[in-house]
This record gives sequence, C-alpha cells and structure tokens, in this order.
Amino acid sequence: MHATKFMEGLKQSTIIALWFMFLTFPVMAIRVNTIENTIEWRWMNMLYVGCGSFILSFLWRYLAAKKITTKKLFLKDGLDGRPLMQALLGERRLFLPALGIVAVSALLFPFVFSTYQTNIMTTALMYVVLGLGLNIVVGQAGLLNLGYVAFYAAGAYTYALLNYHFGVGFWLALPLGALSATILGILLALPVLRLRGDYLAIVTLGFGEITRIILENWNEFSFGPSGISGIPRPGLFGMEMDIHEATIYLYFLMIILCLITIFVVNRLQNSRIGRALIALREDEIACQAMGIDKTRVKLTAFALGSTWAGLVGVIFAAKTTFINPASFTFLESAMILSIVVLGGMGSITGIIIGAFLLILLPEYLRAFSDYRMLLFGLIMVVMMIYRPQGIITGVRRTYEFHREEK
Amino acid sequence: MDFFSELCVGGLTRGSIYALIALGYTMVYGIIELINFAHGEIYMIGAFTALIMASVLTMSGMSGISVLILAAVVAVIYSAAYGFTVEKVAYRPLRQAPRLSPLISAIGMSIFLQNYVLIAQTSDFLPFPNLLPELEFLEPYTSFIGSTEFIIIVTTAVIMVLLTILIKFTRMGKAMRATAQDRDMAMLVGVNANRVISNTFIIGSSLAAIGGVLIASHIGRINFYIGFIAGIKAFTAAVLGGIGSIPGAVLGALVLGFTESFGTGYVSSDYEDVFAFVLLILILIFKPSGLLGHTTSQKV
Repeated sequence: MHATKFMEGLKQSTIIALWFMFLTFPVMAIRVNTIENTIEWRWMNMLYVGCGSFILSFLWRYLAAKKITTKKLFLKDGLDGRPLMQALLGERRLFLPALGIVAVSALLFPFVFSTYQTNIMTTALMYVVLGLGLNIVVGQAGLLNLGYVAFYAAGAYTYALLNYHFGVGFWLALPLGALSATILGILLALPVLRLRGDYLAIVTLGFGEITRIILENWNEFSFGPSGISGIPRPGLFGMEMDIHEATIYLYFLMIILCLITIFVVNRLQNSRIGRALIALREDEIACQAMGIDKTRVKLTAFALGSTWAGLVGVIFAAKTTFINPASFTFLESAMILSIVVLGGMGSITGIIIGAFLLILLPEYLRAFSDYRMLLFGLIMVVMMIYRPQGIITGVRRTYEFHREEK
Repeated sequence: MDFFSELCVGGLTRGSIYALIALGYTMVYGIIELINFAHGEIYMIGAFTALIMASVLTMSGMSGISVLILAAVVAVIYSAAYGFTVEKVAYRPLRQAPRLSPLISAIGMSIFLQNYVLIAQTSDFLPFPNLLPELEFLEPYTSFIGSTEFIIIVTTAVIMVLLTILIKFTRMGKAMRATAQDRDMAMLVGVNANRVISNTFIIGSSLAAIGGVLIASHIGRINFYIGFIAGIKAFTAAVLGGIGSIPGAVLGALVLGFTESFGTGYVSSDYEDVFAFVLLILILIFKPSGLLGHTTSQKV
C-alpha cells in the first residue's frame, strides 16, 4: 500500500472504530441490575471494541485491496484459479497416504484417548452425518431448510417412544427412526413445494419450532419438557458392556455410519437425481424445460436429507440415553447450517472438515465455548461475503471444449 | 361478552405491535427482496437500549414522561444505527450474489446479534419498567382497555399515518417506491439506490424500536431471545398481507393479532406460538401472494 492510501486507511479505520464504539456503547458498556438498582460501567469493553474494530477494519481494507490485485493477476496470467486445497486433494500421491493416516488414527483413537474424548469424537461424527444430510437439501438442491432439527428430533423420539411403549431395540429402531424422519420430510415438503427459496426458509423454520413446541406441550405423547430417560444403549448380540466399552462401540458405529453416508452422498452427487438437484438449484424453469419433474425431485431431496437426520437422531437418543425437547432448538439447526456453509455447500471433504472444526474447537478451547454461537453467526456472514463456496470448493464435473490443435 | 371484548382489545394491541415490526420486513423486502432475519434482533436491541437508558435515567433522578421520551428517542437512534450498519456490513456486499447468500448472511447476523446481547448483558429475563403514563380519562373503561393498550394502539395508528404520508408524498418516498419497482431504472433516472436502501433500513429499524419499547412496557420483561419469535410473527404478518405491501403488513398484523388473541383465549395458551406458524403455512399454501399482494410471474 502506498503512503497516501495507508493514511486514508488509517483515517477510515478510525472512523469505523469510533462508529462501532458508539454502536456498542449501551449494550457493552452499561449493565443495569434492575433488582438492586445499580449500574455497572464497563469502560474496558469500550476499549476492546475500539481497538478490535480498528484492527479488523484495517485488515479488511488490506484484504479487499489485495483481492483486487490478485484478481488482476489471474486475469493477466490466465491461471485457472484452482484453489490450493482442491489441488492438494486431487493429487493422488498425497491423497492416498493421507487417507491411510486418517483411517489408522480413527481406528486407534478410542484406545488411545479417554472415554470423554471418544464421546466428543462421536458427537463430531454425528455432526458430520447431519452436515452431509443437510447438504443434500441446502447445498445440492438449494432449498434452505432451517427446520432440519425437527427430523433429528423425529428420529430420537421414534426410538425413545417405541422403546418406552413396546421395548423396541436399537437395531429395529434405527430404520424405523429413519423412516419416520423421511415421512416427516415428505409431509413437510408437500405443502411447501410451490414456495420460493426465502419463503421456504421461514416455513421450515416455523415447522422446526412447531415440532419443538408440540414436544414440549403434549405431555401425554412426549412427556413434555421433562423428556424421556433410560433409553438403552445399542446392543451387540446381547453382550454386556460397561460405559467405556459402550462408548467405543458407539464410536465405531458412528464411523461406519459416516462411511456409509459419505459413500451414498458421493454416489448421489453424480447420479441422475444428484444432477437433477443441481439443475434445480441453478435454474428452476430451465430445469423443468429439460423435462425434470420438479415436484418429485424436491420431494426426493427433502426425503433423502431428512433420512440421515433420523438415523443420527436414533443414535443420539442411544448415546445420551435421555432426550428432551431442549436438545432440539433452532440453534441446533443453525449449527448444522453453519457446518454446511463453512465447509462449502456441495463439498463432502469440506463439510467433514467444517464439522470437526465447529464441534471440536469450542470443545477444546473452553474459554471459547461461551462465544460459540456468536462465532457461528459470524462465520455465516463472513463466509457468505468472502468465500460463499466454503473452505473447500465443491468439485463439479465439467466438460471442456478443446480445439483440435491442442 | 366481557371476555370477548377483552380478547378484541388484546388482539388489537398485539396486532398493532406486530404491524410496527412487520413494516420493517415488508419495506426491506419490497426494495431488495431479502427477508431481513436480523430485523427481530434490531427490535430486541431497541428494547434493551430503552431499558438501559430508562434505568440509568431513573437512577440519576429523572422521572415520569421525560424518561420515557428520552429512552424511546435513544432506542430509536440506536436501532436505526444498528439497522444501517447491518445492511452495510452483511447485505450490501451481497447485493449481486445468488439469493441464498444474503439469506444465510441474514440468519448469521441474527444469531450473531442475539448472542452479542446474551454475552454482553444477561440470559435472564429483565423486568422492564412500565414507562407509559396512566391516562385518567380511561378510568370508566378499565374493565377491558388499560392505558398501556390504549397508548399502543393510538401510537401505532399515528405512526401508520405518518409513514403513509412519507411514502406517498415526499421525495424520499417517491425514490423508495421507484427503487422498489425497478432498481436499475431508478438509478438511471438519478435515484441514489444505495442511499434509498439505507433509508429503508433506518426507517424500518426505527419502527421496530418503537414497537420494542411499547411491547416491553406492555409485557414488562425482556430477554435476548424476544426478537426471534417476534421476528417470525411479524414476518408471518407481512406475508399474510402480501409481502412488499405496506397496508398489507398492517392488515396481516391485525389478522394475526386477533387470531392469536382468540386462539389463546378459546383454545389453549400452551400453543400460543403455534397459531402464527399454522396461519403462515396455510396462507402460503392457499394464497402465497397474501391478502393484498400482487401475484408476480417469474421472469426467465
């Protein structure tokens, strides 16, 4: 940056810092205690906000300036602009050993680390599957579903209720949970098929909230806010397991489910349905003109997406052995959505990395965990502005036309 | 009969407040076709700012109507500032992006603002002082209308009239209508579209702040989460009346207010929030363009 530009940036950043100090003043600096009638002034916070926004704004400007120059560079040199991560992943020599390392560490993980760590890892794996499931709906079909948690709840409650009333075991409940989530998905999809993207978002959001409110209030059916406890862990040919062994068992179950999900989602991407989904996302009218049955494709997307949520829901119920409506709030949906957004809509590797980052980071950086939701919100905004394609761009199969003399 | 008229006033009060918030949604949607998810949070921040200001002023010895006016003015200023900033930071860079991007950005902003207030303030419900004065001439009618309800309804009505005048008869209103119809064309004839959009956010947010102060005085307690539900309900109202249409938003809000009031009164209060969603889903299935909206054909 030139000196004049630098001074200009400095001036602008100061203005922005002052603006944000003004903006955050009442909420950040003052805290009133309405019971004891005292006011707490927190001037230090103002200082943090001022310095923080100054530095951020300065960085922002620097990056924006850099972005323009790189764009120019790409144009001049005629680079295809393939992102580094993608190039790395495409490299077979690197990819296979990396896969091997991941596989071995995944196998050894529960035997090296404690039950607590294994539990966290299982949770992360659950979110990988949830992320991949939501990705079918949001990433591939472009239907913004904000009520994804309802299907997750459907799976969990199917297992819990069937077990409570009829003593149904885990393995029978697993397909049944998936089935009930799928049916719920189709039921939701039917009325909202005609809606455009933004209406769909609100309706699904409302649907998720209705589900939670019903679960909370319909005591005869779902036992209300107190939830259902004593849900059995999954069995393995009637073997007796202590908590430690059960955790490890669940961990491997989750690994297997993850692999199945990755396999299915991967195959789906280039299948007839997968391509129809992408076509639908890009242009609904053109897609219909090409003879794709819009209604059926949308229903399929919803059904496929919610099936995974149902499966993970059953596992969630079995893992925690206790469920109540508080586990299925909108924030859960938002979390899964931020995994998909961070990872990159349509990219399997990206979503796996996104899930691990968003679940494990707040878990290990304890000081950080209060700011977890704040961070999720921020991620959604920042990613949309700077990298709408996510940390790893989804690879679309493209056909290139080459002239003969090539 | 008394119960019935009580529910009527309740519905009118709820409807008035939903209308104040729904206007922000509908105006923003009319101009940039974006559901501003963060709008509910702007309203929540307005209520919080008013609470903080009112407490600070009361403790420094002021009282009565001056506290109310000062707190409301500060709340409006801050909400407008937040609305302006949110648009500039989270939506303006995405003006040309695919539709899904600003929507996700808006959801992110909503979650961010919620948690910002949660962390900076508290997760508990805070008691909100009733700043609205008692009106003596309402004394004979207290059986079904309190002065809080009366003030809410009257304030909303006055604001509606002012807003209609602003949109119909001023230069700014004209520019707003032009931008809503066709942004590119409006820019060609010399309308500063960015400024018009900023103005829309500022006006919408100010209305939300007024709604925030009124409803907080009415209900008497606030927390960081009030914006979320109120936002969805106001959005429902906007869709109900036909999104993008200003009289539609008011009508939709009143319909929603009455539905909720009678629903909780005659059916069950446990499902208070469900009525709005059910109404929303029904209206979207049977008449997606809303009560007063126009059906727009999709352009290829």
